[in-house]
Amino acid sequence: MKMKSPTALIPGLYLTLFFAYLFGPLIIMVITAFNSSTFPRVSPWECFTTDWFGKLASDDKLLSGLGNSLLIGVGVVCVAIPIGLAAAITLSQVGPKLRAALYTIFIAPILVPGVVIGLSTLIFWDRIGTLFNAPYESFFYDGTFLTIFGQVTFIAAYSMLVFLSRIQRFDTTLTEAALDMGATPTQAFVKVLLPFMAPAIGSATVLAFLASLENYNTTVFTIVSSSTFTTVLSSKVRYGLDPSISAVAVIIIAITLIGAIIYECRNRYHTKGWAHVIAERPALKIATHPGTIAAILGVLTLAAVLFIQNHDSSVCTAQILEEKRALQQKLMEEQSLNTQEQTVPAPTMPNLGPVGGDEGGASAPSPFGSNIFSPENLGTSAPDGQ
Amino acid sequence: MTKEVSLEHVWVEFGEFTAVHKANLNIAGGEFFSFLGPSGCGKTTLLRCISGFQEPTRGKVKIGGQDMRGVGPNKRPTALIFQNLALFPLRSIADNIAFPLEVRGVDKKTRRKRADELLELIALPGQGDKKVSELSGGQKQRVAIARALAVEPDILLLDEPLSALDLKLRQHMRTELRAIQKQVGLTFIYITHDQGEALTMSDRIAVMNKGKIEQIGDGKAIYDHPTTSFVASFVGENNVLEATVLSNDGKAMQVDAGLGTPFTVENHPAGGPALAPGDACHLFVRPEALRLSKDESAINQFSTNFVTEEFEGNMRHIVMNANGKDLKLSLINDGTNAIDANAPVKLDFAPEMGIALKPGELASA
Repeated sequence: MKMKSPTALIPGLYLTLFFAYLFGPLIIMVITAFNSSTFPRVSPWECFTTDWFGKLASDDKLLSGLGNSLLIGVGVVCVAIPIGLAAAITLSQVGPKLRAALYTIFIAPILVPGVVIGLSTLIFWDRIGTLFNAPYESFFYDGTFLTIFGQVTFIAAYSMLVFLSRIQRFDTTLTEAALDMGATPTQAFVKVLLPFMAPAIGSATVLAFLASLENYNTTVFTIVSSSTFTTVLSSKVRYGLDPSISAVAVIIIAITLIGAIIYECRNRYHTKGWAHVIAERPALKIATHPGTIAAILGVLTLAAVLFIQNHDSSVCTAQILEEKRALQQKLMEEQSLNTQEQTVPAPTMPNLGPVGGDEGGASAPSPFGSNIFSPENLGTSAPDGQ
Repeated sequence: MTKEVSLEHVWVEFGEFTAVHKANLNIAGGEFFSFLGPSGCGKTTLLRCISGFQEPTRGKVKIGGQDMRGVGPNKRPTALIFQNLALFPLRSIADNIAFPLEVRGVDKKTRRKRADELLELIALPGQGDKKVSELSGGQKQRVAIARALAVEPDILLLDEPLSALDLKLRQHMRTELRAIQKQVGLTFIYITHDQGEALTMSDRIAVMNKGKIEQIGDGKAIYDHPTTSFVASFVGENNVLEATVLSNDGKAMQVDAGLGTPFTVENHPAGGPALAPGDACHLFVRPEALRLSKDESAINQFSTNFVTEEFEGNMRHIVMNANGKDLKLSLINDGTNAIDANAPVKLDFAPEMGIALKPGELASA
């Protein structure tokens, strides 16, 4: 067998590193969701558990945040898509000079930091609200309303970019032809331009929805006293994490994967080559139909949900708890033993232990053992604890 | 029902640029009328004025005697067939054809019936459910015509609809278009830069250059009796000689083209403006009007030398040099027109075949 030259391995190595970099964190995140440790981590592995999903399902703050996020996402799509489409149509119809100027204006919100947009939205609507003497309960101060408008400013620009690339391929004579054949401008728009733009509207909708869902830096200002999924998550990070965040990640990854698999199957199913292959194989035709794939994935998801609901790891967690308790006990005993040994050979040594160290001494059952902060203990207790 | 179209002193200006320069003409109902000219001559702008996509800067467009100012393209009794056909790619053939009915609120069943009728007319029966991309160039062409005819317009406007087709198909579609026009009896206004299309299909032709209508007439008049240098050089092949008028007795004139004896050229009543002795002029002689002299005493005779020959089968296209000027000569390949490549050859032309016109802009080859 011929030896491969070392340089030939470089692309493979590069790819491995690249994918490890890309997917490594995700994989670790998924693993932590099933570890019973109260902090999301892989090692030490304690117990396989699905309790974090249960914890997630009962986390009202997160769920109401998620509800808000979905509502805001839908609102953003409804407002941003028409605005983006209108901007793209305008750009496609004006002269080159005006187009350059308008393009810069339309695109500016993408370049402005999200924090600035969030803050300025808040101030702007507050001013307007003050102008109308609106009460504090009015929509001028409503987090959902403000967040929709704050996010729309830049998400409309994103969707405009999606529409622009599609509309550039539109043959304007089609609109003229429609007008010439008696269509009103509205009919020409609805029956000719809109069907042409449909694929772009689809992708812009998905893009806008996801951009809204994951937005943090604008939302954190505009949401005011309410909360969204991202703001709840970030506060969790600040005030103490537990693996229910990993459980969220698992659900999001699962939804993405299922969507991607169905989409890809649909694409492959409709290729000419595959249509040829399945022409005389009805069984294969049914088996590879995207609907079938979707059904299989649905059943798998249902099975996973049932498994998560019914899996009981309490025996294992109880055992781990017991082990931990035993370990603690042992540590404590050793600790007290150590302190006794130390006090016997050097009774005259001044005890430099800090706050309460000299008083509590051996009797106080501190979980860390007594005199842990004592300088004499630094050298001895560690090797003993091993 | 057919309606006449009249353009009354129509000007179209885009800033400094004048696209249409005082167009003034009448197109009778049921006529096949062509605008012929090089690209950029303003013929498409004129068509857009008639269809309503462009308002004239000055002047009036009247359809059936009614001023069309302020009437949008969707309210005019015209149907335009675009250069690229502008079929809706996302609709089926039948839906394309029935589109004008759809926007008028006609119900689905009637639409389908009408689409099937029109598919019958354009000889594509039963193909209504196909996609546009499944049709050939010529079939798309016919679908575009059917779509334009769906609501029975009074005037059909065609903007170089054949330019995207290959030669064979183009020739076939010429005949077909003419046949459809005869069958439906509508006014056809046809835009082209291809003189062959204009000459074969049209009742009348308007030759345009730089926004101006140079000449209006039937194909024969345009070809045989052009009134300007541009028309003479743009329509068909022509040899141009710089010449001076020596005398003009009203019936015929003597012109000196610097090729030996002066030539005698007949005046034609439909020809260009009269020329007086001493005027400079362009003398046009078509390649097929030049012939090999059979006898020494022939009128309008001059001496040439052979340069090169292109053999086309039925015709021989020969280039001869007369006193430093290359002249094209087309001869029928019937075995009687042998040319000695190494000796001077005498050529002549009949006085009625020469055309002397006031010098003007020539069409670039």
